[in-house]
Amino acid sequence: MLSKIILAGFGGQGIIVAGKLLASAAMKLGKNVTHFPSYGAEMRGGTCNCSVVISDKQISSPIINEPDVAIVLNKPSKDKYEPKCKTNGMLILNKSLIKDETKRTDLKVGYIDASEIAERIGNSKVANMVILGAFAKITSLVNINSLIDSLKDVFPTMPDKLLDLNIKALQEGFNLAYVI
Amino acid sequence: MEKVQLLKGNEALAEAAVRAGCRYYFGYPITPQNEIPAYMSKRLPEVGGVFIQAESETASINMVYGACSCGARAMTSSSSPGISLMQEGLSYLAGADLPAVVINVMRGGPGLGNISPSQADYLQSVKGGGHGDYNLIVLAPYSVQEIVDLTIKCFDLAFKYRNPVMLIADGMLGQMSEPVVLPKMIDVKDDLDWVVGNGNHAIIHSLYLNPEDMLEIHNAKLQKKYEAIKNECIEFEKYLCDDATSIFVSYGTPARVCKAAIDELREKGIKVGLFRPISLWPFPEKELNELASQVANHSGKVIVVEMAKNQLEQDVKLAVNGKCEIVALNKLGGAIFNETEIIDFVLKDRK
Repeated sequence: MLSKIILAGFGGQGIIVAGKLLASAAMKLGKNVTHFPSYGAEMRGGTCNCSVVISDKQISSPIINEPDVAIVLNKPSKDKYEPKCKTNGMLILNKSLIKDETKRTDLKVGYIDASEIAERIGNSKVANMVILGAFAKITSLVNINSLIDSLKDVFPTMPDKLLDLNIKALQEGFNLAYVI
Repeated sequence: MEKVQLLKGNEALAEAAVRAGCRYYFGYPITPQNEIPAYMSKRLPEVGGVFIQAESETASINMVYGACSCGARAMTSSSSPGISLMQEGLSYLAGADLPAVVINVMRGGPGLGNISPSQADYLQSVKGGGHGDYNLIVLAPYSVQEIVDLTIKCFDLAFKYRNPVMLIADGMLGQMSEPVVLPKMIDVKDDLDWVVGNGNHAIIHSLYLNPEDMLEIHNAKLQKKYEAIKNECIEFEKYLCDDATSIFVSYGTPARVCKAAIDELREKGIKVGLFRPISLWPFPEKELNELASQVANHSGKVIVVEMAKNQLEQDVKLAVNGKCEIVALNKLGGAIFNETEIIDFVLKDRK
């Protein structure tokens, strides 16, 4: 098993840290993982992405050319990564911010109203967690419990109240994701 | 046994240095290694150490010179343009037999270049970017776990040989996160008779004015040390070399990409392997030369894969010494290899 996943969105949407949580959760399940962020001149509002590779074997290359799964939180990221996805790959979309139809017909497409759900449960900043919950539901590459268990490793100083909100976001994403 | 953690290369490196006994860090910020000073600024005070953000890279390396003169486990880190500024200090450290550890998380050049991963400082590191006949021990990891292991080794070797040691990693390795197991905190008891403040020692220097009876002798002593290092510190990895008809030579991130390419090429029935130098100086010359004979017997090639132009390739040529054909695949200016390019290069080259 070798899965190459790209997470992409606006700077400030928590893309890098969501990738770290995903990698951490997969690691907890005994997988080999790499996490590589776009780094340097990133800024709030600009685009940013990270690459997560999950494998049963040693990971040779942390670099992703054709992702198996692209998790995209905004339209520019969908436009960039939809064409790059592997044949018969998967796209998981933040439906709140991406209204366009997908052009490719070979891709399996998962939907979640990540930003709207995040706002409804208390804070738009947890849209990244909502879409990760959706990812867990749609792909089964990680399970929701391993994501929840990893929160404390990735956010060691997070107060309980915010931890609870993040857990809720993961669960809502898991429960409300759908595939067409 | 410590638990497995998901750590970024730069942060893992910094924690490994602390566990290897590093208590003095001097540095000046530059991407893509900023997580090292950021981590050290928080961590060193917790273990009774000292962190100073110097006013420049020149100041940093000379602060390291001072701390090392007192026998402290001290380090600095930077990225390519900053390391250029440290070259004078590195030559002084070598001339004064000081056990400094210097980290270069390389970025694209020349000049200010960019912040993307690169390996274009290979020759500067292994051939001596500073003046005089000197050598640094140069180690090159290719995974976050190896960053941890080699950082600890850097301090061990520096003190064993009283020689500056440099670890070079491309920006990719500094920025990526992988599961790692950290060693326990090492209880360092350096008993050093040469340090300032011990007995009659009051000065550490690299100035020997009289050539015949001073500097020539000092240089001979240094060369003797370098010979010992050449005999004792060679490190490398061979991946699927036993039956290989052609061999990649690569280190750092490109070596990982070569491994991915090798797995795919072998599925197509093409027998390639990887020779990965881990010690860049001393370079595993003899071992590569032996492999070159094997490659020559199969009329194969040695394929150098580096994110630089004709740098690692120069050492490969010296090692292979004309035994077989050498071709090179290069990426310049901070661009990164993907395995498809490497596979295509091999397939095209075979036609």
